[in-house]
Amino acid sequence: MNELVKQQWLIPFLPLVAAAVQSLLPRKARKLSAGICLTAMGASCVLALRAFVGTLGHHEAERAVWNFVWFDYGTTRLQLGFILDPMTAAMALMVTFVGFWIFVNATGYMSDDENFTRFFCFLSLFAAAMLGLVVANNLLMLFMCWELVGLCSYLLIGFWYFKPSAATAMKKAFITTRIGDVGFFLGILMLSWQAGTLNLYDGGNGALEQAGKLAGLHGWFGWSMATTIAVLLFIGAMGKSAQFPLHVWLPDAMEGPTPVSALIHAATMVAAGVFMVGRMFALFTAGGSAEHPTFAMDMVLWVGCFTALFSATIAVGQFDIKRALAYSTCSQLGFMMMALGAGGLVPGQFHLLTHAFFKALLFLGSGCVIIGTHHEQDMRKMGGLRKYMPITFWCYLIGMLALAGVPPFAGFFSKDEVLLVTFQRSKVAWGLATFAAFLTAFYMTRQMFMVFAGKWRGGHHEPHEVRWNMWLPIAVLSVFAIGLGFFGGKYEHYLGVHEEELHGKSLVMGLSVAVGAAGILLGWLMYGRKTMAHAEEPDPLEVKLGALFTCLNRKWYVDEFYDATIIRATMLLGEFWRVFDNRVIDGILHGIAWTAWGVSQVVRWVGDEFVINGGFDAGCEGVRLTGREFAKLQTGRIQGYLRILCLGAVILLVIWYLK
Amino acid sequence: MKPGLPYLSLITFLPLAGSLVVLLLPKTQERAMKVAALGASVASLLLTFCAWTRFVPSAGMMFVERHSWITALHVDYYVGVDGLSIAMVFLTALVTPLAMLAHWKLKDNVKLFFFLFLLLQTGMFGVFTALNFFHWFIYWELGLIPMFFLIKIWGHENRTYASFKFFIYTLAGSIGMLVAFGFLWMATGTFDFVELRSLAANGDLAKKIAVFVGDVNGRFGWHWNVTTFTSVLFWATLVGFAIKVPIWPFHTWLPDAHTQAPTGGSMVLAAILLKMGVYGFLRVVLPIFPSQVAAHVDILLLLALASIVLGAFAALAQTDFKRLVAYSSVNHMGYAMLGIFATAATAGPEMLNEKAAALNGAVLQMFNHGISSAALFFMVGVIYDRTHTRALAEYGGLRKIMPIYAGVLGITMFSSLGLPGLNGFVGEFLIFKGAFPVVTTVTVVATIGLVVTAVFLLQMMQKVCFGPLNEKWQWLPDMTACELFIGAVLMLFMFLIGIYPAPLLDAANDAVLALVRLF
Amino acid sequence: MSVPLGYYLMLGGVLFCIGLCGALTRKNAIAVLMSIEIMFNAAILNFVVFWYYLHNGALTGQMFALFAIAVAAAESAVGLALVISVYRHYRSVDVDEMKALKG
Repeated sequence: MNELVKQQWLIPFLPLVAAAVQSLLPRKARKLSAGICLTAMGASCVLALRAFVGTLGHHEAERAVWNFVWFDYGTTRLQLGFILDPMTAAMALMVTFVGFWIFVNATGYMSDDENFTRFFCFLSLFAAAMLGLVVANNLLMLFMCWELVGLCSYLLIGFWYFKPSAATAMKKAFITTRIGDVGFFLGILMLSWQAGTLNLYDGGNGALEQAGKLAGLHGWFGWSMATTIAVLLFIGAMGKSAQFPLHVWLPDAMEGPTPVSALIHAATMVAAGVFMVGRMFALFTAGGSAEHPTFAMDMVLWVGCFTALFSATIAVGQFDIKRALAYSTCSQLGFMMMALGAGGLVPGQFHLLTHAFFKALLFLGSGCVIIGTHHEQDMRKMGGLRKYMPITFWCYLIGMLALAGVPPFAGFFSKDEVLLVTFQRSKVAWGLATFAAFLTAFYMTRQMFMVFAGKWRGGHHEPHEVRWNMWLPIAVLSVFAIGLGFFGGKYEHYLGVHEEELHGKSLVMGLSVAVGAAGILLGWLMYGRKTMAHAEEPDPLEVKLGALFTCLNRKWYVDEFYDATIIRATMLLGEFWRVFDNRVIDGILHGIAWTAWGVSQVVRWVGDEFVINGGFDAGCEGVRLTGREFAKLQTGRIQGYLRILCLGAVILLVIWYLK
Repeated sequence: MKPGLPYLSLITFLPLAGSLVVLLLPKTQERAMKVAALGASVASLLLTFCAWTRFVPSAGMMFVERHSWITALHVDYYVGVDGLSIAMVFLTALVTPLAMLAHWKLKDNVKLFFFLFLLLQTGMFGVFTALNFFHWFIYWELGLIPMFFLIKIWGHENRTYASFKFFIYTLAGSIGMLVAFGFLWMATGTFDFVELRSLAANGDLAKKIAVFVGDVNGRFGWHWNVTTFTSVLFWATLVGFAIKVPIWPFHTWLPDAHTQAPTGGSMVLAAILLKMGVYGFLRVVLPIFPSQVAAHVDILLLLALASIVLGAFAALAQTDFKRLVAYSSVNHMGYAMLGIFATAATAGPEMLNEKAAALNGAVLQMFNHGISSAALFFMVGVIYDRTHTRALAEYGGLRKIMPIYAGVLGITMFSSLGLPGLNGFVGEFLIFKGAFPVVTTVTVVATIGLVVTAVFLLQMMQKVCFGPLNEKWQWLPDMTACELFIGAVLMLFMFLIGIYPAPLLDAANDAVLALVRLF
Repeated sequence: MSVPLGYYLMLGGVLFCIGLCGALTRKNAIAVLMSIEIMFNAAILNFVVFWYYLHNGALTGQMFALFAIAVAAAESAVGLALVISVYRHYRSVDVDEMKALKG
């Protein structure tokens, strides 16, 4: 393991190289681009598998880390590092494996897009960043990759940038997650201050290894320092994992191509928040116990629980096949968070893994449906696809059953564990989550019937089955959606966490199965018995619920609320400060300038023009006037002068004589 | 230190020599003028690069040249670089030729343009290398005059207002500084930054000022208070630099000047002239007035915070592409100032590494902002050359016809936004990491700026590149090879620093530590 | 037996006064010129007389007299030329009409 960890950097590095190469490829090199991308991903997958196998022999919570210096500053240095432990290995394997098959699917989905090479460049970059996030042994490095996956998400949501909705959605996704990231960032700052390092594990000096010490320090709002940091970090996770109230970007992110939705917005990136909480679990739990959990744990629990239920209700009212799945993703992420908040690291992480498989399956399936129906996303305009797209149908059915929590599919096991661990902590949360599970079964059944049952409502173009490179990935993922659940117990053992004996097992499991069945039954009653005949027909649920359904369909008006409050306030603030600059600050400046100008005018008129110029002019005028008077003496008559001359001579003579 | 090549004088005066060559060339030889100008500038760049390879961070002042100049005033010609300035010299050497290259197709008044540009470069080099206030101030003003003409002659529609505002505002600021240094000279008898710094460090400066004030009071029968007098000197100096940085609320000349300046002018203005202000804080304000900075640090931090947050909000409301980018400079310089002031916020060695991180971050942020704002202004210039409009609402969907442009703009934008892997992140992270333990509340509020920065930059990107294509522009050509070259050079540095910032930080760290230890 | 000095001086004074009166009163420029010549002659007479009675040994008085005669000749030549050109211009030699220099 100690040798293997030194090669962990290769796992993200290979896709990064692929991305770099592809960024320079011309648009025409489609085959080459896809080839490079798949090769790199496949190789990463092999490496991840090797790392995974390397961790298998070690049953205890053993980990290997490899830290290196990024740069020096002051009298100290900043390190980054890689880690290899069971959680990392499992996650990396999942990301590379699911990612690989999604890439395969994407070669079909994007086959007629002119920016095909660009798409694979972004996908590779995403894979690199996501894998970097997974193998990071340093919170800063994790954060950097975290931001980079956000960048790729931004780029890929806006891949069809010419659509105004996509251009808006990409911005919204980035900004909403960035709001969460500020919390994350503050958490990092706090941790680096308090722990003096950002390395997670560092032979006893790592940040997580100091969790106990941090729990003893005082933080903000009367929490312990560990809890403060955990809460701040969780805000970041809320943004990335689309937890209420930062969930609004995820449904809009469905503007991106469907493989993107499958990879980024279902299987991997949105789960990064859950993964991060799992990674930092020691901080979340530090200072608390099963009876008295820390505030951070409660926050995770209740945010997750609320999101699980809230998003499930919205999913019920959606008509867009991808949006319904997106809200389902929010809801499932809520389940994972809830499990973590209830103290169940293993159920949370395990649900993450199983969910990645079956939700990727569902998204890729919806992608097949969209391609098969010639880019139709409105479920009302589908119907009867079972006949036209049998492979897609069966795979989708498996995914749906897994999500609905029907035994023995993967989702049943993981969701059951989630509910069980929640049951230990809070009956209320468990009750709400069970209701959310019921809604999940219901809306998935609704979707199945609307899309695959009945008859084709979409108009002239008959749907068709997709090519092999699109259905093969979902077929492969179906296998895992069926089989993965059986490894739950092994996974717990593998992670090296020994959770105490849980009570109420049969009650929780029984109820879980019951609500699943009830959801499916209700779905069949409302949508299956009599399928929609026309696309314009109102939804049966709409008939029953009326205004409430509109409310669900409009997503509880959260977006409208944000528009009217936060966004509006921000824009107003911007406008205010712009005007402030232009009017007040520049006003003062102009005031000073005008005053200076005024003073200078006064000086000019009073000082220069009046005193100085005036005095000078007056002097000149005096000289001129005198001259004019004296000039009169000059008559020009020569004899006149002579007379005066004589007169003068006579006067002089007289004076001389009298003397 | 053994005598070597007088690197700094060569670097500084090569552009001046180039400018004379440009002047002497016959009027019709426009191409030769451009080549001569670029040649002189690139020669400076190569020399700077050589100097950097010989630079030893721990050696204190390097490449020192000191010659007695005006003996009556004890003024020496004294130049040298240390970790605080070497990156700035390099930035100047790098960005100026690129800015000139951006005007390679200039047609009117070519001679004057390149003459002024080279003169400007000499001024900028001088500011970053001079260690004596006397000729430092000459360079400082020399940076002002060519820029005034660049804006006034080659600027956009509102150029007269902008150039006068820029010139008078900055000049007014530097006059206060000149007077303050006059008094300092009268008190200490020296204009030497290094000497003033050591005087301040061992407390002699305060004594000398006290003696001077006592002398004045005795001679004229006045009643000057020593503390008030020192504070006045401090504020006079500080405001001169604060206008240049600019710190809120002295920033309103910046959007006008940047918006109205020609592309190359905006690039240099944002990349280097603003750094002269920040550099002034590092070279003058912090070392010479450490106790005054510490005494007024609360209000200074608030002003830095206002730059960050209010600058970002004001950028949000801009409708003019270039003005928006200009406001982003206010915001980004705010981060650098936050890092600098955080250094002074506590005394003593407990937070040494945190403060060093903040100040290192500020130095890095200076360089980073130089790269990314130059690139952003260049990108604005590229699109303005084609469309002759700067209104964001006029663009839209340009990525469809100008994919390379969109790519470069995207990378530049994300560099400015502080995306990890690009240069902006490292500097901002270090600033926040260092400032957070020292001034927690201010830093937490400053994170609002991080979000709003993202909002206005992404909004800009959306309005320019995304959405449906404005049919008016469907004939627009993509970036030319020359334009791409400029963008590529700047992007190279964005990636380089983003991935491996160690060379820059290593160069700066020793000088930064020495500065931090003053507090 | 010689004429005493006073007589000559009397003659000179009379000549001078006659010349002065002529110069002051005559309107004709030529007459004015002639009157001035008379005044010159009065002065020359005085030179000669003073020389003869008071400084007989020296040549000073004679030299002065000769100079003055030469100057007077030149003066009257220039004066006449001026009068002629004035006459050509004004068609008159009336001094009262020659007032172009009036200030």
